[in-house]
Amino acid sequence: MEIGLTHYIIVSALLFALGLYGIVSRKHAVMVLMGLELILNAANINFVAFARFGGMNIEGHIAAIFVIILAAAEAAVALAILLNIYQHFRHVNVDEVDQLKE
Amino acid sequence: MTDISHFTAELIKSMALFLPETSLIVTFLVALAADLLPSKNKHLSGYVLLAGLLATALFLYQQTGITHQSFAGLLVLDPFGQFIKFVILLSTLLVVFFSFQSKELHESHPKLGEYYILMSGMTVGMFLLAGASNLMMIYLSIETMSISSYILTGYTKEVKRATEASLKYVLFGAVASGIMLYGISILFGLTGSLNLTDISSYLTNNQVDTVPLLIAGILIMTGFGYKISAVPFHYWTPDVYEGAPVTITALLSVASKAAGFAVLLRFFRTTFTLPEVIPDTAWTVIGNIDWRFVLAGIAVLTMSLGNLVALWQSNIKRMLAYSSIAHAGYLLMAVAMLDDTGGAAVLIYFFVYALMNLGAFFVVQLVADQTGSEEIEVYSGLGYRNPVIGIVLTIFLISLTGLPPTAGFIGKLYVFTSVVNAGYIWLAVIGVINSVISLYYYVRIIRNMYLRDIESQKTAINVSTQALILLLLLAIPTLVLGVYFSPLIDWANASMVFFIGH
Repeated sequence: MEIGLTHYIIVSALLFALGLYGIVSRKHAVMVLMGLELILNAANINFVAFARFGGMNIEGHIAAIFVIILAAAEAAVALAILLNIYQHFRHVNVDEVDQLKE
Repeated sequence: MTDISHFTAELIKSMALFLPETSLIVTFLVALAADLLPSKNKHLSGYVLLAGLLATALFLYQQTGITHQSFAGLLVLDPFGQFIKFVILLSTLLVVFFSFQSKELHESHPKLGEYYILMSGMTVGMFLLAGASNLMMIYLSIETMSISSYILTGYTKEVKRATEASLKYVLFGAVASGIMLYGISILFGLTGSLNLTDISSYLTNNQVDTVPLLIAGILIMTGFGYKISAVPFHYWTPDVYEGAPVTITALLSVASKAAGFAVLLRFFRTTFTLPEVIPDTAWTVIGNIDWRFVLAGIAVLTMSLGNLVALWQSNIKRMLAYSSIAHAGYLLMAVAMLDDTGGAAVLIYFFVYALMNLGAFFVVQLVADQTGSEEIEVYSGLGYRNPVIGIVLTIFLISLTGLPPTAGFIGKLYVFTSVVNAGYIWLAVIGVINSVISLYYYVRIIRNMYLRDIESQKTAINVSTQALILLLLLAIPTLVLGVYFSPLIDWANASMVFFIGH
């Protein structure tokens, strides 16, 4: 069987759904960030697959590279903030960081 | 084959028109270097930023009337973007002045270098966002601005609630932009391009399935909706606004919202409506999705939720957070009309919103620095403890409600006029009902200031002369624009020119 565009889109849709599920269900902040990475990589698979099979241009490939770089930058900032959270709360459980709720 | 000399000439021309952003980036670097000097002055980088912002304003002013597409369609220059960039500059400038006065920042750090550096980075992101006309560029500039603002929110890192606010901001923000990116990838797959103009011409000339297009549009709107804190992407707003330093709250509530509305309007104008417009008629929507209805629905949800929840707040920062959600709803109403009158109303409203909202946050900052509290209770008797602050805050609150003779009335008048002109009477009625609800929670503060604790023996609140001058600089235009508003209206109407086409 030839692997075509549809297969890639199904994989990326599954990754997106898994990422969203991870973000909603996980309590540990690092796991939430992992769910986020899944979402970004789902988009990356889409970009590269469309650019490859659409036979269009290199825009999609370039977009994927930009996203990889930005994901790293965002993860760095998010982890720094998590460290700060740990110093205040002694845990990184997102459900229990709720001082601001009333 | 593209002629290389043609390409180089285009690049040089684009660089010349990139001067405002370039000057902001230079400011970023100079502020970084200034922070390394062994100077005792903690605001050194702040002065650099101030000078850089003024230079940027000059370069931006020189671009008046230019419509041009630079860097092969990544960015566009047009009067619309220029107006929004001026609003962003004005609010960043004022927030820098607020930061000079802020006590909570001063107690937190021996030197405020990074604070000002990150602020200039955020301004670069907002500038790029106001001019972005390529989906990848939109994503990149949203991230540039967001990453700086995540750090700024948690800048006072020894404060527990600021830390919590930054965690919530970074998690919600990252997820929203991730979802937006997935939407962008679907739109790319549907149309084969990331450039907004190319997407638009593809949609005009080809039949595209409605369902994937609607999904892509809604996923992309998640990212924009998060930036402008539209319901249902608003969950972060109250917590972040309450936890962040007041100066940053003020910046987030005006400047980053302005950039978000700029990209939302440009996205719909360029992508989903035809380039040609017959004067005095609405933009023609491409395809058979009723985007007006989608946007109007979000507007109704946003303003109703913002106003109703604001009624129950006891913390003034949190109340102003919900009020800013409500204001995003009024603005979305004008965006939803998708015509030139609605767009001009957004610009007018943003200009007056910047003045009155920044003013209100500045008063909150001054009172919080003196009393150490942001509870609305603290404001009882304030009108007698410091008459100037009392009067000025009253002006800002009346303006936020939208009552004459303040600038807020003019803003709201134009928003409602555009909605009624487009024939959306039901939407205007809901908007007016919401304005009436908002009167209650704004006036509650005024009542606290003047009608409670009149005999209070509480200590007077003293403010420095600089703070007083800043307050008057914000309050007087708020009043003057309420009676003499034609220059603003003319400027906004002249700014409703988008760069579309090749």
